[in-house]
Amino acid sequence: MSLIKEQDYGTPARSGEATVAVEIDGKRVRVPEGTSVMRAASECGIDIPKLCATDSLEPFGSCRMCLVDIDGRKGSPASCTTPVAEGMKVRTQTPELAELRRGVMELYISDHPLDCLTCPANGDCELQDMAGQVGLREVRYGFDGENHLDLPTDSTNPYFDFDASKCIACSRCVRACGEVQGTFALTIEGRGFDSKVAAGAGGTFMESDCVSCGACVQACPTSTLQERSVVELGMPNRTVLTTCAYCGVGCSFKAELRGDEVVRMVPYKDGKANEGHSCVKGRFAFGYASHPDRQLKPMVRERITDPWREVEWEEAIGHVARRMLEIQAGHGAGAIGGISSSRCTNEEVYVVQKMVRAAFGNNNVDTCARVCHSPTGYGLKQTYGTSAGTQDFKSVEKADVILLIGANPTDAHPVFASRIKRRLRQGAKIIVADPRRIDLVKSPHVQAEHHLRVRPGTNVALINAMSHVVVTEGLVDREFVAERCEDFADWERFISAPEHSPEAVEEITGVPAAELRAATRLYASAGNATIMYGLGVTEHSQGSTMVMGMANLAMATGNIGREGVGVNPLRGQNNVQGSCDMGSFPHELPGYRHVSDDVVRGTFETLWGRVLDPEPGLRIPNMFDAAIDGTFLGLFVQGEDIAQSDPNTKHVSAALSAMELVVVQDLFLNETSKFAHVFLPGTSFLEKNGTFTNAERRINRVRPVMAPKSGKHEWEIVCEIAQAMGYPMKYDDSAQIMDEIAMTTPTFAGVSFAKLDQVGSVQWPCDDAAPEGTPIMHIDGFVRGRGRFVLTDYVPTQERSTRKFPLILTTGRILSQYNVGAQTRRTGNTAWHPEDVLEMHPHDAEVRGIRDGDTVALTSRVGETGLRVKIDDRMPVGVVYTTFHHPVTGANVVTTENSDWATNCPEYKVTAVQVTLRHPAPAGMV
Amino acid sequence: MTRTPPHIRMANEIAVQFRHRDPAWAAERIAEHVRAFWDPRMRSMLVADATGATDGRLDPLVLAAAALLSPAPGPVSGQRSSS
Repeated sequence: MSLIKEQDYGTPARSGEATVAVEIDGKRVRVPEGTSVMRAASECGIDIPKLCATDSLEPFGSCRMCLVDIDGRKGSPASCTTPVAEGMKVRTQTPELAELRRGVMELYISDHPLDCLTCPANGDCELQDMAGQVGLREVRYGFDGENHLDLPTDSTNPYFDFDASKCIACSRCVRACGEVQGTFALTIEGRGFDSKVAAGAGGTFMESDCVSCGACVQACPTSTLQERSVVELGMPNRTVLTTCAYCGVGCSFKAELRGDEVVRMVPYKDGKANEGHSCVKGRFAFGYASHPDRQLKPMVRERITDPWREVEWEEAIGHVARRMLEIQAGHGAGAIGGISSSRCTNEEVYVVQKMVRAAFGNNNVDTCARVCHSPTGYGLKQTYGTSAGTQDFKSVEKADVILLIGANPTDAHPVFASRIKRRLRQGAKIIVADPRRIDLVKSPHVQAEHHLRVRPGTNVALINAMSHVVVTEGLVDREFVAERCEDFADWERFISAPEHSPEAVEEITGVPAAELRAATRLYASAGNATIMYGLGVTEHSQGSTMVMGMANLAMATGNIGREGVGVNPLRGQNNVQGSCDMGSFPHELPGYRHVSDDVVRGTFETLWGRVLDPEPGLRIPNMFDAAIDGTFLGLFVQGEDIAQSDPNTKHVSAALSAMELVVVQDLFLNETSKFAHVFLPGTSFLEKNGTFTNAERRINRVRPVMAPKSGKHEWEIVCEIAQAMGYPMKYDDSAQIMDEIAMTTPTFAGVSFAKLDQVGSVQWPCDDAAPEGTPIMHIDGFVRGRGRFVLTDYVPTQERSTRKFPLILTTGRILSQYNVGAQTRRTGNTAWHPEDVLEMHPHDAEVRGIRDGDTVALTSRVGETGLRVKIDDRMPVGVVYTTFHHPVTGANVVTTENSDWATNCPEYKVTAVQVTLRHPAPAGMV
Repeated sequence: MTRTPPHIRMANEIAVQFRHRDPAWAAERIAEHVRAFWDPRMRSMLVADATGATDGRLDPLVLAAAALLSPAPGPVSGQRSSS
């Protein structure tokens, strides 16, 4: 595949049914009203020279390259800022226009380094292209006049340089930072000749608010903002379209390579999830895939205290199979199991659950979604009938009110956050329910209408109070409820009770009743109101109850089944949705069908040739308990560092230590591998061939840019283990696995690699009824028939602050790091977040004699760790916050075994702790 | 500090979600939930602990639910090791 260059239409597409017919250079074209002349020309194959215009940005009209002549109009207007009008006749090529453009270009080039042959952007520079296009042959002014050629280069960002000497002040970077990313970190300072791009208040890029999303680099028409990898490696010469392996947004990228070496990852404009945007992780943090820490040979050891011994694949696989069978022979078929990974492809996950069910002969398979979004699966299935979000990302463009609960998209789902911010700038309103003052409460051009600063652990009281207001203030959409829902009368009685009123729960939630009532009225009265939520909802003892509470609220107000509404989980990892879809839960076969269903089980039994267990298996926390109990002794772990990511590290360590065989399949030796007996090298996303399913149920292709560095695909390894255990399991390639998924799983019936290669991506359900997929669910009816209202009693968590542990710890993520940090810690992203820190309100710090930068002991009833403090008034009094990206601090040393009552999803968001000063910061750091 | 066995803690956590419901209905829902989501060995332990239990460790709703779960299943379960 050669280098893919998407067409740049110059200005954004306009929507609307009204169209306008125009004639450009004798060609007639009909376009939506409001379309620019430049775009209309591009759509009929006429490219007008341009520099400041690109179709990801609103027109600006500054470069004067795109001038055209229009019959009946004076002068030569800029085609980018001139909208089409009915009957308009445009000429883009005349001798006069050519002369004008050459003159403008001559001025640009008179103040530009003439180093094209040694410039890293040589061959990929719009200035160079345009100079050629307008036929510039000389610069009459010479090059000795006043110029910008000596301006310095800012190389503070780990991934790109800003070479001011090459800047043509087109403002594309400034506009991209604002319009695309929504950060507004860049500006043009100075006037006239002194105009120059400035980051923040004139400091360096790293000192500014720049989030390193790469939008400015993408927009730059010259080499002013240039990826350092291009400087070092040269311009790429081929493209492989693939999908990012970080968060659940699932951005499409062009992996641009020289040979097998990735030069850069460029967001793909036609990718439906991201539409050409990216974040610092997907855009730049791919270096881990070739990091020297990668373990590429299988390793075995008898005891976890022994040194590792590198072995050939045959020995490693044979060892795993033999030991698994020995454990089963001694302790029963249910004494072994496996954990699949949300970082792996659907195909890799599918074969793990198949290995467990068919070769292990039990249902002891679980996935890391257990510890993040399992309550979503439970709650949305109970109420709507399917375990997935209701909308596509694009739907937010039609939302009038966004209710954001327990999510911090600017850090955890940054590309979707940019969509939200764009919608807010267009006039939509946002209500944020979160203990912390996150960026979507207040940041440039963002001001939440209401910030419901809910106390950790009291979400259900909050959502019940919102529903109470809806019911008691006449805000119910009675027609929707009558037509589409069931069990409403019981719920209405329940939720109308005075104990659910905002006034009654104010003491519990900490949210002023009047504010809660106002926020609810705003949500319920909006034309379109949508709920977006994250792990601040699910990772609680009532995570599932809260999901059902949100589902109730959306149904009661009729905010389901069309664009701009819905209930939408923001999934943490790239393939959380997919790993759940693929039957990774111990009670469900692929497609969320219970293992006790004889018909469904029969489908798989016939195809797989094995009798399947009709009983649910162990969940991850149950596996740990059973290991300590001595009944669970063999575990296969695919791409998850459970010893770092799962709660109560001491308990997890004890469980892993108690097992006779722990097999880790991963890129790197990690915390879990310290307890492993076999290490099987995994593949990075650059080596995988398969699919990821993102948070909007979008199935996207993951295409390999190189062969597996370890010599085997992960699905091949799993198949070989199954075969060595006596179960025949073989595929020629991963496309065959998807074919089997489609054959057995109704919601994937229409999915194949060929289909995805043809249409780009599809959102399940994808079947005969919806061959192109289903962007919005529950349009004409809920998947379960009628939407079910569920009674959602508020039950306080058992984790309470006490005199000994007076603070509440909540954990989460930061923009530059990802999950346990195994990937991002091995990239330049450590420049932003070299260690986990404890965020603390100034009051809580002061009463403890703690200053910014001090090292403190963070203690809970289960453990203690040490980390530095960052004093920040975005925290509420009484609540502290940290991330879990670094094993050194190991935030989960202090989190507890408390979990969601329905799914055992850990209660990461509520841990009673104390913070005490351990070491004051050195004087210079304070 | 004696650690509450996980199956007892989890069962009580489920029960408290149904504390305001009709007890018979709640017991059925709890039993249904345990049957749908719990591994047989955990169900067996729960049923065994609930049978004749008088120590107050189990919520009355759990005791009622456990009665609906009997007899204890367990064909594929692991076995307790001798260690």
